[in-house]
This record gives sequence, structure tokens and C-alpha cells, in this order.
Amino acid sequence: MRVTPNNSTFGRWLRGTALAVAATASIAGYSLQAQAAEGTIKVGILHSLSGTMAISETTLKDVMLMLIDQQNKKGGLLGKKLEAVVVDPASNWPLFAEKARELITVDKVAAVFGCWTSVSRKSVLPVFEETNNILFYPVQYEGEESQKNVFYTGAAPNQQAIPAVDYLMETEKVKRWVLAGTDYVYPRTTNKILEAYLKSKGVAAEDIMINYTPFGHSDWQNIVASIKKFGSAGKKTAVVSTINGDANVPFYKELGNQGIKATDIPVVAFSVGEEELAGLDTKPLVGHLAAWNYFQSVKSPINTKFISDWHEFTKKPTRTTNDPMEAAYIGFNMWVKAVEKAGTVDQTKVIDAMIGVGVPNLTGGISTMMPNHHITKPVLIGEVKGDGQFNVVWSTPGTVVANEWSPYLEGSKDLIADWRKPMFCGNFNVVTGKCGGASK
Amino acid sequence: MALFAGPVPQARADDGPDAFTGLASKNFDTVANAIRALAVSGSPQAAATIAALESENLYYDTEVDGAPAILIKQGSAYIDARTGKKPEAEISEDDVNNVRVNNAVRRAIEEAKGGLELFSPDAATRTKAANDLFKSHEPSSLKMIARAMATEKDPRAAAAIQQAQAAALLTSSEGSDADRIAAIAILRARGDVESKSLLQSLHDQSKPVAAAADAAISSLARIEELWSVVQSVFYGLSLGSVLLLAAAGLAITFGVMGVINMAHGEMVMIGAYTTYVVQEVIRAQAPGLFGASLFIAVPLAFIVSGGIGILIERSMIRFLYGRPLETLLATWGLSLILQQAVRSIFGSSNRDVGTPLWMSGATQWGGLTITWNRLTIVIFAAIVIAALMAVLRGTSLGLQMRAVTQNRRMAAAMGIKTPWIDALTFGLGSGVAGMAGVALSQIDNVSPNLGQGYIIDSFMVVVFGGVGNLWGTVVSALTLGIINKFLEPIAGAVLGKIVVLIALILFIQRKPRGMFPLKGRAVEQ
Repeated sequence: MRVTPNNSTFGRWLRGTALAVAATASIAGYSLQAQAAEGTIKVGILHSLSGTMAISETTLKDVMLMLIDQQNKKGGLLGKKLEAVVVDPASNWPLFAEKARELITVDKVAAVFGCWTSVSRKSVLPVFEETNNILFYPVQYEGEESQKNVFYTGAAPNQQAIPAVDYLMETEKVKRWVLAGTDYVYPRTTNKILEAYLKSKGVAAEDIMINYTPFGHSDWQNIVASIKKFGSAGKKTAVVSTINGDANVPFYKELGNQGIKATDIPVVAFSVGEEELAGLDTKPLVGHLAAWNYFQSVKSPINTKFISDWHEFTKKPTRTTNDPMEAAYIGFNMWVKAVEKAGTVDQTKVIDAMIGVGVPNLTGGISTMMPNHHITKPVLIGEVKGDGQFNVVWSTPGTVVANEWSPYLEGSKDLIADWRKPMFCGNFNVVTGKCGGASK
Repeated sequence: MALFAGPVPQARADDGPDAFTGLASKNFDTVANAIRALAVSGSPQAAATIAALESENLYYDTEVDGAPAILIKQGSAYIDARTGKKPEAEISEDDVNNVRVNNAVRRAIEEAKGGLELFSPDAATRTKAANDLFKSHEPSSLKMIARAMATEKDPRAAAAIQQAQAAALLTSSEGSDADRIAAIAILRARGDVESKSLLQSLHDQSKPVAAAADAAISSLARIEELWSVVQSVFYGLSLGSVLLLAAAGLAITFGVMGVINMAHGEMVMIGAYTTYVVQEVIRAQAPGLFGASLFIAVPLAFIVSGGIGILIERSMIRFLYGRPLETLLATWGLSLILQQAVRSIFGSSNRDVGTPLWMSGATQWGGLTITWNRLTIVIFAAIVIAALMAVLRGTSLGLQMRAVTQNRRMAAAMGIKTPWIDALTFGLGSGVAGMAGVALSQIDNVSPNLGQGYIIDSFMVVVFGGVGNLWGTVVSALTLGIINKFLEPIAGAVLGKIVVLIALILFIQRKPRGMFPLKGRAVEQ
């Protein structure tokens, strides 16, 4: 259980302190927020630079600063320089909404790149709808959403979870499944989708074990032991992990110590990337899997250039790259292209221009923005190597289109999203023919 | 050796592609089959090649005449896997591809190594190889096992080989019913999870065999149930000792001094980062000392965290004595400052603190799996608590500490420098937290948020045990640990934690001073 500042007088006081601390400690991040020069286009960056999520989100802020810097070196956008406005929502969900409003109404940014957790995204949605601004969301998520003002450049469940399960079923002949996750919306929804999917593939209910743990769970002894026991029923077993953030390191350490090897019970993770493995000795984990749309180890000229630019920009020659960084990269380039296409940063026009925009992704293909505001991406399965990188063992032949509404869930299987006119709806029910039919 | 002779290496002399050729493939199944072929090929280079593949040092080059070259990388140079010598053809770095490994290939490697090592001169290696074969239980290994069985003299290795044979026999379609029932008996005697797993995977058996298997499974399941209770107790002790370590420092600063120190978790975190720095220095300067890195880190963490604790006491907390709310807020602010400071110095991502070899892995004791790192932490917690008790009870510093907390003015009148004792007490509590950080670095993330995860639990332990009572803290930590571990399998980790919290709230309602309240006049102040 984390101590997160909350809605009380005490909480507000704490939040104040948190901000003050964050402000002094990350002056570097703020230095770009110089006095607004005439003729610049402002871009908002809404990532936590302090608090629990700082570990993941700081990297995305850095990559955005790099991309903006590169764009300015190329001559900016529409003849103007881009200017980054960085704010710190401090891993505090209500503060995300406040900061988003500040970016839009005070700084008048043309678009915002930000959020990591689903709850932070949900918290800012009303602000973007009300002000008709644009949010680029760069993280893999549970789907079941499509909003006019949001562009989702991370993976939907069918671009990550389902192909991973298919891979295990086909190549590893897995018959028994442990769905282990952290207790919040992304794992719960993903596991609901996976459970329905596995059952549709003929997996019996007793061959599925679902386990949730709190954020930052650190004592995995008996959960790992029960996974071991569950795996001893004479059928090939695999763990599908939606365990998030900090809890992963102790989980993998316990797996390694209890001697569960990838050749016995493989673990496929959807939230573990190069960054998370950085805090781990990966030798006991060799062979465990992760499903993403990008790995640092992918060999393509564009990726090699991206990595060397990243090392040069951060001045750290060992700093890893990861999947959400690629999603941020794609999102930024798509926005640039859409603005050039529309000839203006006017949000209504850019939202229209976004659909159909295609930009190169880092794995050597092209990702395209679809009418459902999600992008096409390839799906890759990687195995952990001894050096903390991934070895890509499988990939889809082409790119996969996102199912924003899962066809495996009762409430959403009849819904589609299409933000082209005349439909212009994020939750169109094809059975009743109405917009907003069975959405949540 | 004959391998010296001729321009054509011997392994290539026969017609058609040799076992090595299959390794030069992007297809994992082809590679896995090549390994199996290689293992039975009898090539003297087989073991070295498979070992190189396992360590991801095997490469291939198809841009040569004839069969593709298979190369083992040694340092920056390549040697030919077929001959074990410098390759004849010129190797250009651009044409060389790594032989890639996935789990299917890894399983083939394990199997092949099991087969190759079954004839090793070392009995321990043979036992291990037989155990690997038991795990993979491929019917194809039966012949090889029989061969090994015939020559085996060592009783332990022989027993392991017999088990491997029983496993392979059961998965094959060979053997009479009597043989199979005998094999089931061997598995039942082995009595571990893997035996049960194997027995459960048997289908389509003849009636008597199926009956024997069912009986064996239910007997194994009963044994497993019993062990799982013991296992839960151990897990509870281990969680309890982690809680105890985290709370021990707080038992001093909060329990003895009454300071609500919200930055306590950060003292733990600083201890963990001290471990990281120690390990980094050792890695760079004296890699041989890595096994001892934690022994070096423990006193250093005590000094660093203790020093910072004294600094905090002198510069901040001493102005706030008797004002609990202000102390709470000030130390909370301080905890954020410390977190952000560490984030600025070390970066926001997790730091890799290595586990020394002697602390990794697990030992099997009957049906009980005990991981070395957890066992070490249990022992470490016991030592820390014993040392703390000794300091409080047996040294003059401890006496003065107790005197000051019981009656400050009287202690001052007796000539004790109370401000100095305050600083030292706070330093001691913080130092103990730092040592806890060394232990936690072995099981948790070393990130700026490390301490936050433990602060609530620490307060819970101290309050539950009875403020001011070190024994209370010990009992409370272990109780909470064990309750947690028994609830977790029943209620799940999330609900389990909630249940514990609610139970604790109810308990505190009934007994506000915790399990072992302090008695006497000191309490009434």
C-alpha cells in the first residue's frame, strides 16, 4: 500500500510539499519552459517526475524533449519553433487533471503528450473533451475506450496480450494458465479479456488461476509456491503477468530463487521492459518472455539511429530504450505530420487530419493512425537474455489493427469506434445502430 | 589425435551434413533437433559446443564454402566448433550470426547436457544429470539411462538414475504393467512435486497401473498438504523478520523516543543505496570480494544512515519535541526531500544490487523449499534484535537512553547530557533502519520509493506490539507475518492485507497500547 497524497487538508498540504520538492529538484526539466517567445508552438508534456510513477514516466519526458529538440533542428513546424512545456503531476491522479487544464488554458499548448497509468488518463479525459485539445497516450492499456480527443499510440489488448497467449499455446503447448496481476484496472480488464479468450479456445475453468496482488507487493513467497503447485498438475503451465512496476523485481527474484526456470514454467509479461530489468540480475530469468511492439534489440537502421540519438541526448551511453518510448516517438511524428497536412495547429482540424497518417515505427515498418484513434503495430515476443535485453523469438508478419473494444467481452463486443464523419462516434453499437449504446 | 590430420576436418568427412550443420539455422526447432543429434553423435566437441550455445557464445557463418561454419566465440576470437581449433576460412565479422536460443532450444540443451554428463567421472555431476533427465523424462533417453545404470557404483547417483529411468519408462509406451507399477512406487518414494506432476500427466494406462498411480497421487497430495502448513509458517517467519527489520529502528525512534518519524523509510532506502554503492565500488576495484559485499555494507549502512539520523535530529527534530503533529509533517516533508535527492543523484530507475552466490537459490528440506536469501534475512534479523537488546540493556549508553526517556529532568539532574543522548538514540534507530536496508536490497527494488512501501507496515508493527517495548515489536512482527501468510492463500493478497488491517484496528480499539503495553509511571507522562 502506497502513501499517496489524497483529498484532505493534510493531503493538499502534502501535495504542496511534493510540488515544491519536485520543482526544486527538477529545475532542469523546467528550464525549457522559458518565457513564451512570439511565434512558437507550445507542446505540453504531462508526465510524473516525482512519486511512484516517476521511475517510468521521467524517461518519456526525456524522449519528448529529445524529439522536440530534433524537430527544431530540422526547422521546427510550420516555420515556427516548438516549445516544450513540462509540468509535474507527481503521480497524483487528480493533479493530472489540474495540470492538464493549466497546460491548455494558461500555456495554450497545441497538444499534450502524457499520462502513463489508465487512472491518470481517465482523470484528464473530461478536461480534454471540454477544451477540445489533443492528448497522445503512449502506453499499452486495457482498451475499452476511444475518445475524440485522445490518440492511443500504445497497444490495445489484441496487439499485445492475445498474440502472446497464442504464441504460448502454439509453440510452448501451454494448457494451464496463471493470470497474475496487480490489483487495478489494466490487469483486471486484460485478465477478463484473456479469461474469455482462453475459454473460447477450450481451456477449462480449473486450468485458469487468477491472482491479484497490491501495488508494490514485495513478499511473493507463497504466491510463487502456489504457482509452482498449480504447475505441477501434469500439464504445461505458463504465467501471464500483468504485474506492474515495482512489484516485478521481487517477483522475478523469488521465481529465480525458488528455481522456477523458463523451461519449466515460462512467464510472459506485459509490463516488463528493458527499463524494469535494469534493476535485476537477469541470469536466473533467461528465457522468460515479454510481449511488446518494440524491443531495444530490434535490428533496423531507424532503431540504431534512435538509440544513438538517445544516448547522445541523455549523455548516458548505457541508457535503455523501451516500448512506450517508441509509442511516444510514433505519436509525436504523427502529430507533426498531421499538423503539416492540416497546415495549422487548430485542434479540430488536426484531429481530422490525424486519421490515416502513417509514420515509420522503429521496427522497420509503418504505423498508421486508424479511424478508432489507435495505431497499427507489429507484435513481438522476446525472451529475456542474460544481459537484460530481449531476444525476439517471434513476431507478427505485418502490423495488427487495434480492437479498442474487445470482441471477447459481453459489454463491448458489439461496439466499434470510427471518428470519421458521418459516424464520428467512439462507441457505436452495430446491433442497435446507435452511438453510445452499451458503453460504460 | 586424429583431428590434427588433413585439410578436411574429421567431422565433415562422412557424407551429407553432420550434426553441427543444423545449428546454422534461424529455425528454433531445427537447432533443437541438431542439439539432440549432436548429443548422441559422440563427437568429442559436442560438450564444448553445447556449453557455448548455452552461454550464447555460439555463432555460425554460411558465407563459407561447403557446410556452414559453426564457431565458438572465445573473447574476441572465434574457434571452429567442429575441430576446436582456429577456423581455416577467413571469418568476417559481418557474416557471423549468433545461434539464437529460445525455450525449446534450452530444453534440448538441458536434455543433451543431462545425457552427456551422465557419464561424467564425478558422482555429483552424474546425480545432477540424472535429476535433469528425471525432469525432462524423454522416452528417448531410456537406452542411455540403462547404459549408465549398468556401470553406476555410487549409491546416490544410482538412486537418481533409477528415478530418471522410472520417469522415462512411465512416459514411454514400453514396459509391462509390473514394471510400470514398480516405476510408480519409485516415484511415490521420491515424493516431491515433480513426481506428482509426472504421475498426473499419465493417461490411457491399463487398470492396475492407473489404480497404482491414483493411490500414489493421493498419498503425495496428503504429504504436500502437510508440508504446505510448514511452508506457510516459514514464509510467515520470513515476512515477519522483514517487518521486524524494517520496524526495529522505528521501535527505537518512535517506541522509545516518541518521535513520529515519517522519514524512517528513507533511512531504510539510504541503507539499500549504500549497499548499491559498496557493490559498485567492489565490482570496479576488487571483484573477488563480491561475496563479502553485504558484510561490508552492513556496518557502512549503519554509519551512513545513523549519521544522517543524527544530523536530522540535531538540525530539525530537536526543535519539535513534544509537538507530534509538526514532527509528523516535517519528517514527511523530509522524506520527500530525501527521495527526490536520491532520485537526482542515482536516477529514477531501479538500481541493480546483486545477490552473492551463497545467498541465491534454495535448498530442499523434505517438502519445504527454503530460499537462502530469506533464511539469511531471518538470521540477520535475529542478530540485529539481539544486538539491539544488548545495547539497550547492557551498555551505559542504553542505560542513559532509558533514563532519559523515562524521566528527562531527573536524568539531566544526574549529569546525563540529554541532548546528546537524544541525538545518539535517534542515530541508533536510523542506523538500524539502514542495516534493514541492506537486507531489503536483497528482496526488493532498490529505488527511491523503497522506504515508502515499509513505513506503514513499520508503524503497524510497533503500535500493535506496544509502543516502547522491543519484545512486543518482535512478537508483533512475527505474528503479523504468519497471519498474513496463512490468510494469503485463502483470501488473496489484497483481501488478506485488508483483513489484517481491519483486525488490527479492532485490536487497537480494545487495547490502545498494543499487545505488551509499558507499565509504570513513565507511561503516564
